[in-house]
Amino acid sequence: MKSATKPGPRWGRWIFGAALIGLMLFTLFPFYWAIVASLTSDAALFRDPSLWPEHLIFDHYRALFTERDFITPIRNSLVVAGTTTLFCLVVGTLAAYALARIEFRGKAPIMAFILAVTMFPQISIVSPLYLLLRSLHLIDTYPGLIMPYMTFAMPLTVWVLTGSIRQIPKDLEEAAHVDGATRRQSFTRILLPLAVPSLATTGILTFIYCWNEFLFALSFTLGPERQTVPVAIALFRGQYQVPWGEILAAAVVATAPVAAMVLVFQRRIVQGLTAGAVKG
Amino acid sequence: MAQISLEHVDKTYPNGYVAARDLSLDVADGELLVLVGPSGSGKSTVLRLMAGLERVTDGMIRIGERDVTDLPPQQRDIAMVFQNYALYPHMTVRENLGFGLSIRKQPPTVINERVNTIAASLGLDKLLDRKPAQLSGGQRQRVALGRAIVREPLAFLFDEPLSNLDAQLRVETRVELSRLHRKLGATMVYVTHDQSEALTLGDRIAVLKEGVLQQIATPMELYQRPANKFVAGFIGSPAMNFIEGVIQRAEGSAGRMGMCTFKGIDLTLDVPCDGESRGRVFLGVRPQHIEVSGDGESRPKAEVGVVEPMGNEQIVYVTLSGGDRLVALASPQELIKPGDIVSIRVRPEGVHIFEGQSGIRIEPSPRPIDS
Repeated sequence: MKSATKPGPRWGRWIFGAALIGLMLFTLFPFYWAIVASLTSDAALFRDPSLWPEHLIFDHYRALFTERDFITPIRNSLVVAGTTTLFCLVVGTLAAYALARIEFRGKAPIMAFILAVTMFPQISIVSPLYLLLRSLHLIDTYPGLIMPYMTFAMPLTVWVLTGSIRQIPKDLEEAAHVDGATRRQSFTRILLPLAVPSLATTGILTFIYCWNEFLFALSFTLGPERQTVPVAIALFRGQYQVPWGEILAAAVVATAPVAAMVLVFQRRIVQGLTAGAVKG
Repeated sequence: MAQISLEHVDKTYPNGYVAARDLSLDVADGELLVLVGPSGSGKSTVLRLMAGLERVTDGMIRIGERDVTDLPPQQRDIAMVFQNYALYPHMTVRENLGFGLSIRKQPPTVINERVNTIAASLGLDKLLDRKPAQLSGGQRQRVALGRAIVREPLAFLFDEPLSNLDAQLRVETRVELSRLHRKLGATMVYVTHDQSEALTLGDRIAVLKEGVLQQIATPMELYQRPANKFVAGFIGSPAMNFIEGVIQRAEGSAGRMGMCTFKGIDLTLDVPCDGESRGRVFLGVRPQHIEVSGDGESRPKAEVGVVEPMGNEQIVYVTLSGGDRLVALASPQELIKPGDIVSIRVRPEGVHIFEGQSGIRIEPSPRPIDS
């Protein structure tokens, strides 16, 4: 930290600054282009697309919600990703607490198994899952998406949360026990508040994962009633034309909730809540 | 307030590590007992067993009249101050202090009153709305202390509470703790690896090594009549010198009690003993009972290695011609330089004798003159 704030040689700081700006342009350009293109008319887009458009039009956005029903996929995505995230956080926190704090036989194999589950390529389990969901009559339903999503989201949650709960000093819970707290009280009043930043981080990761998921969503839905945002966008393209403007407008709309969520929780994530708990 | 007693307590961890072996000790009501030992001696484990944070493998623990062997910590009604304070980082000082009371469903007015009283007595009243992260080390320490006191528990357990403080604050807090102990009249068990802390704080001191109780006694007793070579070497600073040798019946001493001759490589000395010849023994002498004189005339001679001036005295590290190394205390007036050849004299009244094999003290060693 100290060396980063120390004023170094001038040219060094210039190079550092230039590199930062370069990296920022590189990362932000696609977003910029998507926003600009979504505000350009189809005709202009195909004739001579400009990085500095003179006329901004909102036709594509209007079309998204009037000609197409883009509300439904957003709602579907929110329901599926939201429910999955919620389930994963609740069950994952409890599982992670057990794995991080309680001694029991077979802990290492369980951790290894959880990690192994995430290693299956999605494509390899699509067909068996499809058959399974069909026999359960869950194709084209919310549970039919939420449950498969949990197969990859839950191991991620458990793994990440186990790691972060282990980081919370055990002394704090022990102090609570000596102070008179039961295991449940020490969990809810000490551990959980301290785990909030990592819960937020994990929750956001899980949510983004589910929000962007495409393969399962495509395979396990049948029609527009249950399609999620990525699937809906992919199916915009017709037989004779690709509506780039609308696709990009949809992409911008789809990114908005995630971006908003990250901004809301960012403070929580950045906050070093455990600072000062014990002398480091 | 209550006494604590451990009866034949064993603690073996699943990996086979033995932290306590057939440990029996009593902490009297209102006593401050210090558990002292090097790292790995099991002293912290013993404290955690008392707190209920660890389960005993065998044996029984009582607090007051109650058998608490199988009770979880929350039902033992004791308070513990952790080495790193373990303050709840998401709570203010006020909430930290009141946590134990609020868990016990005390009415808010009672909690408030008690917290305010304790905070005032510890000088924390201006810090009540801060979080632990905004406090200095000493302030955190006081919050940890306050959190223990506020509940008025049966007994207090301290796990090296001063080890994170700087030297000056440590001495101040030590005095404060001593005062607190007298004021509350509470039963306290205090774990430390620092023998000077143990000597200054404890009503009695229990010395542990590898999970086995070596000696439990008052500080004076421990210092003057260490039960074995380990205790002798652990208590006192700078540490006691040990010289290996044999004990022979002195010529012409007929009675049971009498003088023996100790023969080390470099050192021959008449010492009081039970009159029996012994095989290998260790002669223990504290540095203040070794005199160093600069003439280098009389025997044994030694070469000075390092001299550490301490202001009111100097610590002199010497090597005898046979290779034995000794530490001596000399008055600051003595002019001793590294490389000097000096004469060594051991004051016989400051001598302890320990059996070579077991390290157990051989009586009667002369009663050392306290310095």
